[in-house]
Amino acid sequence: MTKTISVKEIANKIIRGEELFIVDARNPEDFADWRIEGKGVEVVNIPYFDVLDGIEPYLDRLPKDKSKTIYAVCAKGGSSEFVAEQLEAAGYMDVYSIEGGMKAWSEHLEPVKIGELKNGGTIYQFIRLGKGCLSYLVESNGEGALIDTNRMTDVYVRFAKDHGIAIKHVFDTHLHADHISGGRKLAEELGAVYYLPPKDAEEVTFSYTPIQDGDRIRVGHVVIEALYSPGHTIGSTSFIVDDQYLLTGDILFIDSIGRPDLAGKAQDWVGDLRETLYQRYKQLADDLIVLPAHYMGPNEMNEDGSVAERLGVLYEKNHGLNISSDEEFRRTVTENLPPQPNAYKEIRQTNMGKLHPTEDEQREMEIGPNRCAVR
Amino acid sequence: MNVAKVLDAKGLACPMPVVRAKKAMDELESGQVLEVHTTDKGAKNDLPAWAKTSGHTVIDMKEENGVLTFWIQKG
Repeated sequence: MTKTISVKEIANKIIRGEELFIVDARNPEDFADWRIEGKGVEVVNIPYFDVLDGIEPYLDRLPKDKSKTIYAVCAKGGSSEFVAEQLEAAGYMDVYSIEGGMKAWSEHLEPVKIGELKNGGTIYQFIRLGKGCLSYLVESNGEGALIDTNRMTDVYVRFAKDHGIAIKHVFDTHLHADHISGGRKLAEELGAVYYLPPKDAEEVTFSYTPIQDGDRIRVGHVVIEALYSPGHTIGSTSFIVDDQYLLTGDILFIDSIGRPDLAGKAQDWVGDLRETLYQRYKQLADDLIVLPAHYMGPNEMNEDGSVAERLGVLYEKNHGLNISSDEEFRRTVTENLPPQPNAYKEIRQTNMGKLHPTEDEQREMEIGPNRCAVR
Repeated sequence: MNVAKVLDAKGLACPMPVVRAKKAMDELESGQVLEVHTTDKGAKNDLPAWAKTSGHTVIDMKEENGVLTFWIQKG
């Protein structure tokens, strides 16, 4: 019987920076599209259907040391068991199949504590390693707020319950195009207020509470302040938590900046993006800790697994904040963009309440890498 | 089309449709056609990818009421 390992354990190993050797048994097309990534991760693609008669043709791509641990992964966890057996048959002694495969990996959320709030409370980052999405929970005096949640709402509900937090407010920084928001569902389920920037919500089919520039929402002893910061979308709004943390949504990342084209308005919004990054954010305190809604690669992850950096450091190091010419900036964010996220139009419509895909369809829409940034 | 063998792999999850298809194919002669029925969505990409690396040719495929049917000619 093959040993199995959960995606949670894999996530913990990656966050701790451990070295992992992974055999990805999916077909080369899916592997090329997206795969498990991390600082210490080495991954090779060995399609299960190429090793039906044994793993021998691929031995040169596997560790020479047969005692080295190997983790096998596939789409859903069936073929990886088969490949794990083939690896064992070839003499590998410590082989695991990753339970639930890439499907489970794409949906796993790992909470990481970012820090304490000076007025009392804690801020947590929920890292979706399989997709690079980051969401947040702000807790103070037993009250909580959620920001940019994923559709796996049970994770937040359970976390809040386990920590004795009553969620009062649920925010989205913008109308997401890369993942299906859990915001509305969470607000309904928990009896919380759901806030959206009104300029992003003109077409939504449900009721929500508009969040405006300068709004101050109290959560326990701390205040979350809204800062209108358009550019990725026309409504994009950042949140300053307790004068310490700047939640930038998809406007500013650690090693890249947002792209203005996912609603088909690249040329219109490039000026907004420029103004947000080079004027509005510039006026904020350098020691605010930037907490984005995405990360693109393992290089953006800190030693403790968190994705966070001081605003002042980003103004020194992030290429997207150091483009002096307006024209070059325009070119950078409108030309040679990476491919748009899979199904981004359908995802936007789902987040507007216009489409109602089943859970399987939602999963299918979100599969694949994150592509919200430009470098 | 002259089908030499029909494989019913409906209800089987990955990797079984491809494993069964390979076994069935091993019993055929070069040029003969195997018809495969599967309900596993993963097979949509994996069966053609397997056929390609094994030197077989997917002659046709259809999707009807959640059942994928492939006609694969042995190489």
